[in-house]
Amino acid sequence: MVSFEPSEEQRLIRDTVAEFARERIRPQARPSDETGLIPSELIQEGWQLGLVQATIPEAFGGGGQTHSAVTSALVIEELAWADLSIACHLLAPQLLVLPLVETGTEEQKRAFLPAYAGGRFQAATAAIMEPRWDFDTSELRTVARPENGHYVLEGQKCYVPLAAEAQHVLTYARLADNGELAAFILDRDTPGLQVTEREKNMGLKGLATYELELRNCRVPADRRLGGEGGADIVRLLNLQRVGLAAAAVGVARAAFEYARDYAKERKAFGVFIAQKQAIAFMLAEMAIEIDAARLLTWEAAWKLDRGEEATREAILAKQYAANMALMVADRGVQILGGHGYIRDHLVELFLRNARGFATFDGLLMA
Amino acid sequence: MIDFELPKEIQQVRDMVHMVAENAMRPIAREHDEREHEKPWDFLNMMWQASQTANPVTFGGDGKQKGADRRSLRNLQAVVTIEELSWGDAGLYLSIPNPGLGGAAVAAAGTPEQKERFLARFRSGAPKWGAMAITEPHCGSDTSAITTTAVRDGDHWVLNGTKIFVTSGKMAAQDSEGFVVVWATVDKSAGRAGIKAFVVEAGTPGMSVVKVEDKMGIRASDTAMIVFENCRIPLDNILGSPEVKPSTEGFKGAMATFDATRPIVAASAIGIGRAALDFVRAELEKNGIRIRYGVARNRLTALERDFMDMEAMLEAARLLTWRAAWMMDQGKRNNLEASMAKAKAGLAVTIVTQKAVEMLGPLGYSRKYLLEKWMRDAKINDIFEGTQQINLLIVARRILGYSSKELN
Repeated sequence: MVSFEPSEEQRLIRDTVAEFARERIRPQARPSDETGLIPSELIQEGWQLGLVQATIPEAFGGGGQTHSAVTSALVIEELAWADLSIACHLLAPQLLVLPLVETGTEEQKRAFLPAYAGGRFQAATAAIMEPRWDFDTSELRTVARPENGHYVLEGQKCYVPLAAEAQHVLTYARLADNGELAAFILDRDTPGLQVTEREKNMGLKGLATYELELRNCRVPADRRLGGEGGADIVRLLNLQRVGLAAAAVGVARAAFEYARDYAKERKAFGVFIAQKQAIAFMLAEMAIEIDAARLLTWEAAWKLDRGEEATREAILAKQYAANMALMVADRGVQILGGHGYIRDHLVELFLRNARGFATFDGLLMA
Repeated sequence: MIDFELPKEIQQVRDMVHMVAENAMRPIAREHDEREHEKPWDFLNMMWQASQTANPVTFGGDGKQKGADRRSLRNLQAVVTIEELSWGDAGLYLSIPNPGLGGAAVAAAGTPEQKERFLARFRSGAPKWGAMAITEPHCGSDTSAITTTAVRDGDHWVLNGTKIFVTSGKMAAQDSEGFVVVWATVDKSAGRAGIKAFVVEAGTPGMSVVKVEDKMGIRASDTAMIVFENCRIPLDNILGSPEVKPSTEGFKGAMATFDATRPIVAASAIGIGRAALDFVRAELEKNGIRIRYGVARNRLTALERDFMDMEAMLEAARLLTWRAAWMMDQGKRNNLEASMAKAKAGLAVTIVTQKAVEMLGPLGYSRKYLLEKWMRDAKINDIFEGTQQINLLIVARRILGYSSKELN
C-alpha cells in the first residue's frame, strides 16, 4: 500500500543517526577536509550505533535483522548530510559485510563476518573503480583467471577507501574465461596485492582512498563471493548505486539548508536576500529537486528490497541524484556569493564533494 | 513504511481506464485537434454513461477529509487514472463532462445543502459540466486583483465583470445544465478578504459566453470568455460566508482548492510525457536501438542520455505527484507538496515533449504523428492552475517560512 512515510522503526533509526550526524560528525567536517584525518574515536563512537552489525546474522555475532535498502538510504542521507568523507569511512566495512550477508556462502559468512560484528571498528573495503576515463562497472578490466583451484587477479583499482588499514578487500573483477562479473574476498596482505600511496582528490579529502595494484595475485577459489557459482554482482552494483544516490541527496540537503539559512540572515537593498525572487526561486527549485531525487532513490531501494533487479531504477536514481547534487551545491555556493567561495563556509566543501557523484562507484552501499 | 505499491483496486481501475484511453481516445485525438470547436459527442456520452455507473473520474478531493476513512486513497486513484486518460489525450480528457474545478470548489467550500443542490445533477440525466472562472483580462496569477463585482440587492447577488480562460466554460455556462463558479469581490477596498466564490447556474440571464479561444494545444477542450452583465443569482449561491473579515481566511480557503487540483494537473502532464516517451522508445526499438541501463554514463550516446534523463524526470514528477495526492488522502496539509508536484511536472513535461520532438527529427515535427501535438498539449500544464513561477513562489514561501507580504 502506497506510503511516503518511514515506519516507526525506520524513523527511530533515522533520528538517532541524524542526531549523531549533527552533533558529532558535522563539527568534524571542516577539520577533516583540511587535515585529511578523521579521529578514530569519532569512528568508534559511530560504530557503536551498530549500523553495520545490525544485519549480520546472530549466529555470527550480529543483530540478525533483515537488511533494508530503504532504511540504509535513510541512514546514509543523514550521515552524508553531516560529512561525506566521514560517512564513507564509518560505513566502509559495509562494503564487505553486506555482500557477504546477501550473497556469501555459509563458510564465507562464518569465516569473515564475526570480525565485523563486534563493538570495535574494523576497517574493511571494496575495490570496484579503475583508473581510466572510460571506467565502466559493466566492463571491468581487472581480470580473474581460473587456475587449478585458484583465481589469479590482474589489474588496477582506485578510490578504494581505507585500503591501507582494511583487513579484507572485496575486489570486483571480470572472469577471464566467460566474461562474468565476480568479486573476491582478498586479505590485504595477499601476495601480489599492493596498496600504493594515498590518493589526492578535489573533494572527499577526509577519506583515505588508495590505488591498488593486482599483479599475479592468487586467491583460493573459495574466496570467490558466493562460492563456485558466484554471486549476483548486478544486485550489489545496484545497492551501491542506491547508496550513492542517498548520499548525494544528503550532501545536497546540506548545501540547501546552509544556503537557505544564510539567505534569511544576509541583507541586501534593505531586505533579506531570501526575500528576492532571484534567490527564493533558486531555493525553491533546490528543495523540489532534492525531494525528487530522494523519492527516486527510495523507489529504487524499495524495489531492491522486494528482490527485484531494479537496474534501471538504480541507475536513473543515481544519475538523477548526482546531477541534482551538483546543481544544488553549485547554487549553494552561488547564493553565498564571495562568501561561498571562502573556506570559512562549508558550501564550497559540499560542492567539491557533490561533483564526485558522477564519478563514484562503490563507495557506499544501501 | 515507505512503499510504492498501488492497491489492487487502483491497479484495476488504472488498467480499465488505460483501455479507454487507448481504444476510445487515441483514435480520435488528431481529429479533435484539427477540428477545434467540434465536440466528440460519442466519446463524451460514453464517458458520461460510464461516470453514472462506475468510479466517476472527476477532479479530486474535498480538501478536508480529516475525519474520513484514512485508508481511502481517492486522490491517489484520481492522479493515477488521470495520468492514463491524458496518456490517451489531454484535450479529450479535459473535455469529459464532470463537475470540474467548479465542482472541486463546491466540494471544498460548499454547505451540505449546496453540495446536494449543485453536485447531485452529475449523477443523472444528460451530460453536464462544471467550470471555474477566476482569471480576468487584466489579471491571472494575481487573483487578489479581481475586479468582477458581486453586489447584494435584496434576495440576490448581482454580478458584473469579464472572465477569461474558463476551461469547459461554454459547456458549463451554455450547452449543458451545469454551473460556473465565479470569483468576485464584494468589497474592493478589502482586497483579498473581499473575494468570494459564487455559483452561477447555466443559462442564468446576464451570463453570456462571448468567445471560445483558439489555442496552441488541448484543442478538444473549450476555453471560454464569459461576460457577466447584471447577472442576478440567489443569495445562497455564495460559497462560504458573505462576511468580509479582516483576516484573509476565506481567500485562503478558496486557494486551498488548488491543493487538490494541482496534483491533478501534474498527473495529466505526466500522462502526456509518458505518451511521448513511449512513442520515442518504440521508434528507437524499431530501429534496433535499446537503452543500455548498465553502462557508464560517459560512454552512452547522447540519445540514450537524453532518454534516461527524460525518464527520470518524469518518474520523479510522478512520485512527487503521488506524494501530494497521498497526503490529501491522509488528511495532511499538502500545500507545499502540491505546488512542488505541479512545478516539477509542468516543467518536466514541457522539457520531455520538446526534447522528444527533437530526438525524432522529421518524424517529431510532422503532424502525421501525435508527438508534435503532445508537445503543444504539454505546455499548458506549466501555465494553468498556477504557472511554474507561482508554484515556485508558493514553495519558496513555505520553505522559508515567509508570508505573502514578506516574499512577493
